[in-house]
Amino acid sequence: MKAYRSFFRIRFLNGLQYRAAAAAGVATQFAWGAMEILMFRAFYLAAPASFPMGFEQLSAYVWLQQALLALFAPWIFDGEIFEAITGGGVAYELIRPLDLYGMWFIKNLAMRLSRAVLRCAPILLVAFALPAPYGLSLPPDALALAAFAVTGALAALVVCAFCMLIYISTFYTLNPMGVRVVATSMTELLAGGLIPLPFMPDGLRMALELTPFAGMQNLPLRAYSGELAGAALLRAAGLQVFWLAALVALGVSLMRAALRRVVVQGG
Amino acid sequence: MRLYLRYLSIHVRSQMEYRTSLLLTMLGQFLTSFAALLSVLFMMDRFHQVQGFSFEEVLLCFAAVLMAFSLAECFARGFDTFARMIANGEFDRILLRPRGAIFQVLASKIELSRAGRLLQALLVFAYALPRSGVMWTPARAGVLALMVLCGAAVFSGLFVLYAGLCFFTTDGLEFMNIFTDGGREFGMYPLSIYGESVLRVLTFVVPLALFQYYPLLYLTGRATDAAHALCPLLALPFLLPCYGVWRLGLRRYRSTGS
Repeated sequence: MKAYRSFFRIRFLNGLQYRAAAAAGVATQFAWGAMEILMFRAFYLAAPASFPMGFEQLSAYVWLQQALLALFAPWIFDGEIFEAITGGGVAYELIRPLDLYGMWFIKNLAMRLSRAVLRCAPILLVAFALPAPYGLSLPPDALALAAFAVTGALAALVVCAFCMLIYISTFYTLNPMGVRVVATSMTELLAGGLIPLPFMPDGLRMALELTPFAGMQNLPLRAYSGELAGAALLRAAGLQVFWLAALVALGVSLMRAALRRVVVQGG
Repeated sequence: MRLYLRYLSIHVRSQMEYRTSLLLTMLGQFLTSFAALLSVLFMMDRFHQVQGFSFEEVLLCFAAVLMAFSLAECFARGFDTFARMIANGEFDRILLRPRGAIFQVLASKIELSRAGRLLQALLVFAYALPRSGVMWTPARAGVLALMVLCGAAVFSGLFVLYAGLCFFTTDGLEFMNIFTDGGREFGMYPLSIYGESVLRVLTFVVPLALFQYYPLLYLTGRATDAAHALCPLLALPFLLPCYGVWRLGLRRYRSTGS
């Protein structure tokens, strides 16, 4: 456990070094969030009755999404891991007396967390200062905030477990690009990265709510504003835990199978 | 020009060598913009119209911007990845050769994989052109072509500007993404839906609306004057300051020494 903790610390502190990049990222994400809210506003004005959630709840969704982008975005990967697999560096990793799955999982989590920590504060501050329906409001009650924290932590784990599957697929394909682009481009949509799940047609939305994608950003971002609460929230969180366990189990077993037949070619 | 064609054929042949990789990247490009298309579909399905624009009219916009962007990315990608070129010293080699730097950076990369997005744009056009309710005349078709071509020019200009700024920062400027990638993502809808002030910025500062919103008004019959039709041409002077920044940067370029 101590080894994992230090791995986490190293990667976390390492991530904190990129402050200039973070500043640029903050500006971009802020502008992005503002444009997104303006877009939804136009649709709101077109037909307010068709809007599936309160506008304030939508604003909260967008701002939290931008602030915590690094934590939940499915397309953030650690290039070093792909390189380790395709370049043979994985041999060194295997010498270490640590479980490879756990080590890479922790590294990913630490990388995402450090980026999010660097970027979220300024975005959240400005978003809180914005006028009512367009800014980020406080959660309705302490319960919603707690639900946001719990499901948010679980969502970050689900995203990491999902990314692990992509890394592991590289053992089989040796070319990370293919699976990576195909998987991430659709995940972005299915997890509610482009538009929140409630904006999708009902049939698709209900189907998606059963998949692991609903347990990524969709859940915490909607729990925060109380848009998702009560029994529906509990059910969604239960599924989230189930999928987390399933994805990790799948990843561990696929990795074990892959490592049994891994060939490191000389070097 | 002949030299450029030589470069072009070399790039095509070298990328064809890795056919699976090329096809998969194309597929990925296709799916990325397909996801965006689905999000437009879902939104329009729920709300039916946005600021009076129908689904098919929005698609017209979507396809024109997507095509302009993928053309620019296909041919001007060298500028988009310019930060790397400076960082690894490749640019020093370019300066040693007896050809213009702009030409060589332009020819250094041609991304065939962007055909994935191009295909998407073509498919959307094929669906939307007959259904958009636009009475197609040669003049209107010409305006649509202007939208795509001038749009590609503006996006290329943005890439050159981005590269020019790399001279000053050595690293890429992530903020420029809001105009390039953001222009693509938010240009899915007529740019007026983002409100007066955004439209003003996108008209007078970074002229995305000049090749998107105003000519769209002409196509859909909301405006009938030639000024709206020829708006895309007004976007072209934007290339001058982009080129200016590049020149300014080039003059004070210092190698990173690697």
